[in-house]
Amino acid sequence: MKAKVIITPKRAVLDPQGKTVQTALEHMGCAGVRDVRIGKYIEIEMDGDRETVEAKLSEYADKFLANPNIEDYRLVFED
Amino acid sequence: MKFAVLQFPGSNCDQDCVHVLRSVLGRPTELLWHKEYSVGDADAVFIPGGFSYGDYLRTGSIARFSPVMGAVKEFAENGGHVFGICNGFQILCEAGMLPGALIRNRSLQFRCEHVYLQIASRVSPFTGQIPEGKNLRLPIAHGEGNYFCDDETLQSLEANDQILFQYVDAEGDLTDHANPNGSLANIAGICNEKRNVAGMMPHPERAAEAALGGTDGRLIFESLIAALKTQSTLASV
Repeated sequence: MKAKVIITPKRAVLDPQGKTVQTALEHMGCAGVRDVRIGKYIEIEMDGDRETVEAKLSEYADKFLANPNIEDYRLVFED
Repeated sequence: MKFAVLQFPGSNCDQDCVHVLRSVLGRPTELLWHKEYSVGDADAVFIPGGFSYGDYLRTGSIARFSPVMGAVKEFAENGGHVFGICNGFQILCEAGMLPGALIRNRSLQFRCEHVYLQIASRVSPFTGQIPEGKNLRLPIAHGEGNYFCDDETLQSLEANDQILFQYVDAEGDLTDHANPNGSLANIAGICNEKRNVAGMMPHPERAAEAALGGTDGRLIFESLIAALKTQSTLASV
């Protein structure tokens, strides 16, 4: 099973990279950009059924892959 | 009185710390490789600056799982003194031994310059000997020194007097301009509630000899030595 961990900075956290990219998009003429947030993307291939993999990855995302002080994450699965 | 300085793959200020403790302050100091399971008979542990594990994933996020960090956690839970500098501060936050996190500098730039710090609290083993009204001039060198925590945590840091150092300008004013990285409340260093664990982004070990342009950093090491002396005198009574 392939799992994708999508990590984004929490709303309350300043994201200077996102802000810089937003400004660059505006300078390039891309109108209507309301917000840009830059995070991380991790692909993990793992043995086990969806339920087991989800339980395990949630546990390790909470304590290692993401930092709950500053980041949110979500898991996406592919068979 | 003995000190231990940790060394992770990617640490690069470990020898500076050892030099200050051994040669400048004349204290027996051991360098501890990250694979050790004990801090030995050290009275205090320093976690030095650098780029442990290449700063992969998040700064300090891998180092916290090193065997030696288990020993450091236990040491601190039993009241041992632990001080993290720069990457050491990041590691202590990731390990949950200090609240909050250090994120990318607001400017996105790696900042390498001298800053001024005001002592927000002298009631700690790390700041006790710094004279009243004295601001410190210390170097910084980091890309991720932007201290962040949620509102609730900031309020508890303030209520418990856990903020130790704040960035100010040369005149001693706490301004946004004096803030090199975007840290909340200009925070440069904090301690835990028990006050035996602390971390700071600036480098006191790089400003402990006049030949290197300043001795302000020595006051932090001397504060800790004085606190440990008092502690051992009390223990022997």
